[in-house]
Amino acid sequence: MTMNWDDIREGAEPAPLVVGPVTRTDFVRYQGASGDMNPIHHDETFARAAGYEAPLAVGMFQAGVLATWATSWLGPANVRRTKVRWREQVWPGDVLTCVGKVARRYEENGERKVDLELVCTRQTGGVAVQGWMTFVVP
Amino acid sequence: MADKSAIGAEGVPFEVAIERGKIREFARATRSTHAEYLDAEHPVAPPTFLTTMFFWEEGVAGANPWHHVKLDQKRGMHAEQEYVYFGPPPRAGAKLTARSRIESVYDKEGRRGGKMTFAVMVTEFRDESGRLVAEARLTGVETERPPDADAPKEVR
Repeated sequence: MTMNWDDIREGAEPAPLVVGPVTRTDFVRYQGASGDMNPIHHDETFARAAGYEAPLAVGMFQAGVLATWATSWLGPANVRRTKVRWREQVWPGDVLTCVGKVARRYEENGERKVDLELVCTRQTGGVAVQGWMTFVVP
Repeated sequence: MADKSAIGAEGVPFEVAIERGKIREFARATRSTHAEYLDAEHPVAPPTFLTTMFFWEEGVAGANPWHHVKLDQKRGMHAEQEYVYFGPPPRAGAKLTARSRIESVYDKEGRRGGKMTFAVMVTEFRDESGRLVAEARLTGVETERPPDADAPKEVR
């Protein structure tokens, strides 16, 4: 997808990325890719002993999927800032909806930029991750 | 209990090699199908990819100053994470040098009462010429009560 500066409007909100139901395999694949092998995200016995009903997702997994929604639209090389804040935990079986909107469109130091406000929501409507990203628009 | 004397603690520099295979693996694990990640010979790192370096930092003696903060693992969690890029994100083949420091440790009242202690670690990533390429900012939080798995986190 090629995006055009003139087509980007403040408030614009492209179609969401819907992922899931997420599985333990998704968590393990992310753990292998990231190197974070905390057993609470894949070991049922360990997770139950810690008081959880199941292994919970790695927070950086859903943060990464949220960022994927944005790079699919505005391009991987154009990212200049990503910030995420975790709210609710994500569990096996959850369906995640990742979306964002253009909060600000501006020029700064000769570069065209957009600030996005993003949210990753569970099927319950609960917010799993809030995000803020900045992209340049070549 | 978090230790405020950790503020200013700095780790030793550690090497960070940005690798193509690792980028492709990470892109797939985060559900990206973008050709710039999967097909390029020198793909850029995905927005949150530098998180992978945290686990290499662990393996370098003295590199990770986070341990000085002493957040209680049972009442602690990852609250926020930020990556700032001073240009395009680094590409596969880049050899960076990273260094972490504890920027702040501070208390805040939770919305539902109870003290929360936040700690922030900043990691700078520089290229071979010394140029600052990226900065990571990790915020951890420790609550007075153990976190309830299903409750929204009391973080603002």
